[in-house]
Amino acid sequence: MADKLDQIFILLRDWLIHFLPAALRPFAAVVLGVVAIVCVFPGLFALTTVFERKGLGRMQNRLGPNRVGPFGFFQPVADGIKSLTKEDIVPLSADAVVHFLAPLVLVVAVFMGFAVLPLGRNMVLVDMDAGLLFFFAMGASTEVSIFMAGWSSRNKYSILGAMRAIAQMISYEVPLLLSSVTVVMITGSLSLTKIVEAQNHYTGVFPNWYVFTPWGFASFLMFAIAATAETNRTPFDLPEGESELVAGYFTEYSGFKFALFFLGEYLGMFSISGLGATLFLGGWSAPFSFLTWVPSWIWFFSKDMAAIFIFIWMRGTLPRLRQDQLMNFAWKFVLPFTLLNLLVTALWRFMDGGWLRWVVCSAILAGAYVLMGRTGMARKNYGPRSYRYAE
Amino acid sequence: MLGEGIVKGMLETAKNFAGSFVSEERLTTVEYPEQRVPTAENARVFPFLVYDGPDWEAGLRCVACQICEKECPPKCIYIEKSKDKKPDYVGKPQIYPARFDIDISVCMSCQICVEVCPFEAIKMNTEFELATDDRFGGLLLDRRQLAESNEYYHRIHPTEAAEVDARLAEEKAKAEAKAKAAAEAAAAKAAAAAAAPKAEAPKPGAPKSDPSGAEGD
Amino acid sequence: MSVIFFLVAALTVAGGLAAVLFKNTVHCALAVTVAFAGLALLFLSLDAQFAGFAQVLVYIGAVAILVVFAILLTRGSETPQSGVFSKSWFTGLVIAAGIFAVLGWAVMQSAHALPQQAAAPAVTVHDIGVALVGRYVLPLEIVALLLTAATIGAVIVALHEKERTQ
Repeated sequence: MADKLDQIFILLRDWLIHFLPAALRPFAAVVLGVVAIVCVFPGLFALTTVFERKGLGRMQNRLGPNRVGPFGFFQPVADGIKSLTKEDIVPLSADAVVHFLAPLVLVVAVFMGFAVLPLGRNMVLVDMDAGLLFFFAMGASTEVSIFMAGWSSRNKYSILGAMRAIAQMISYEVPLLLSSVTVVMITGSLSLTKIVEAQNHYTGVFPNWYVFTPWGFASFLMFAIAATAETNRTPFDLPEGESELVAGYFTEYSGFKFALFFLGEYLGMFSISGLGATLFLGGWSAPFSFLTWVPSWIWFFSKDMAAIFIFIWMRGTLPRLRQDQLMNFAWKFVLPFTLLNLLVTALWRFMDGGWLRWVVCSAILAGAYVLMGRTGMARKNYGPRSYRYAE
Repeated sequence: MLGEGIVKGMLETAKNFAGSFVSEERLTTVEYPEQRVPTAENARVFPFLVYDGPDWEAGLRCVACQICEKECPPKCIYIEKSKDKKPDYVGKPQIYPARFDIDISVCMSCQICVEVCPFEAIKMNTEFELATDDRFGGLLLDRRQLAESNEYYHRIHPTEAAEVDARLAEEKAKAEAKAKAAAEAAAAKAAAAAAAPKAEAPKPGAPKSDPSGAEGD
Repeated sequence: MSVIFFLVAALTVAGGLAAVLFKNTVHCALAVTVAFAGLALLFLSLDAQFAGFAQVLVYIGAVAILVVFAILLTRGSETPQSGVFSKSWFTGLVIAAGIFAVLGWAVMQSAHALPQQAAAPAVTVHDIGVALVGRYVLPLEIVALLLTAATIGAVIVALHEKERTQ
């Protein structure tokens, strides 16, 4: 029974495609999978927008939206209607073709990333051998769309925002990849399904998730920081900071195209949280061995939504980083730390199991964290200012 | 250590988030217009005219002395005196305002009219939900709209109203005492005059005693 | 020679042609990105997963951005005053035809050497990795050295500018 519930979507799909002739069945299976992804994740996006507004409100000692629907949960419907009925203004001097294509490229690239995420047991749309690489390739494609959006608007603020956004995304892409590479090293495969299966074992009650190892914890931290920067979330949201650059690279977008950008950004958040859950938190595996009767897709989505909640929590807490602080942080702290983490992972792999490798690896990582935190991120000691002509 | 501040900050927002469901202090929103914050006692918005008793026309304290009209800095008060008189709280006939208009789009809530009124007739109201879509007369309040009872005054400014009432009662008591004394003196005089003039013819035009006697008219 | 090959090839050639025929330099850069995507699809149609995804990740994710930055930070984003074709187009045509002939001859020669319906060797990422650190470790290290030199050069160029402004 628990097994049937676990595989319910697969069973549903198989039942549906039996109505078709055998030649069309593989094609129809894939199409059904795509339809499911296209329906589920934007629906989650709608829920997330209202959760974010209410969550942020509560953190800021106020209520979020609470007028539309029970406790405000139909707010995304109102927002959707608003963005559909708004006039689509394209500036006269804007490059019309590129301006039109930019949100499309973003949404397409982001949706492609969902194709390799294992949403549950046997529930991956395309099981690729190089799945992780595919995911990062699609993530890299989003940068082109941001540039297209910023440049085609022919607006100073847009192009500035686009440049900043691209610089930030490129800087944080290297730590993102390097922290994922540690997982690949230990698992021995780039395939996301194999990575989840390697974590689906239990020592006693506790799971063998990679986040519970010293190198995995460090990787997870760096991955989380890099993921926040990749999706332009606070504290790394300077490119879209409302008070800094109007709306950054999507200043000149209105109506549905703006909604598409918003959708693309939040879907990027979902997919990268999903990837983080897959790589470090065991994907669809249950947190305790006595909870394996709960369907696997429930665990995946819980971890995804927990990550989203942490994103919202950070947005409510942290101030925005300035562009130079952001870049300093990437190149002077996160990147060296991920490189060191790579070495420590190799050390872990080649030391024999037991308490020694735990102690050694944890000590190296903790010491490096403290050291690099003190040296790499040292603040310049600005003394009192002296004015040459005013005194 | 790097990251310590972030953790402390996140704990604080977590406290805010969790606390906003249970404690008042962590959720300070008042959902206007379903809920309202009670106004403070010395809040002031626009003036109103006080009347005593059940009839607003008969009990209106204002005697159209026009002091508030002259003192008002933006000149938002317009008064027209009446032709006849009506008795005030001590019984003396006073004129009353036939028109008393305040333009609340001009009024700046400075309370000078309240400070200078010698009859405790005009006080500050606390009602602020006066928005209207009538651009031409909606913000011009006439004396019917401005008249509010003394009980209302007690409700919105309890201590102030109590003081005013005490003062007016005192004045009234003094006036009555004076009237009584004058009446007794007149009665004594009348008795003396009645006893004396067996020889004199009754003179018409005996000096009529002034019932109020307190303030000159 | 399937339909997919022709479609993807048409996309790539169109991207390449657009990259040289457009007037606006940024449009050319975006067209060359389309050509890169076409190449990646060709790799994928040949079942070379690693090569295809690496093509997207490196070329579209990094090289295209680099090209675009280079265009924007210099004055290339202005519409050129004169036409897009250079004056010595005949020489260019001759050279391009010569290169095409050499490459075509090389491909045709190798097509003779391979049997017609050979099964494509299943090259997994594992095999690529083993080859890179086994047989081809020297080229790997030389490329790494090259990239390090490029990084150091970039840092030095940036440092030099900072000194001048101080």
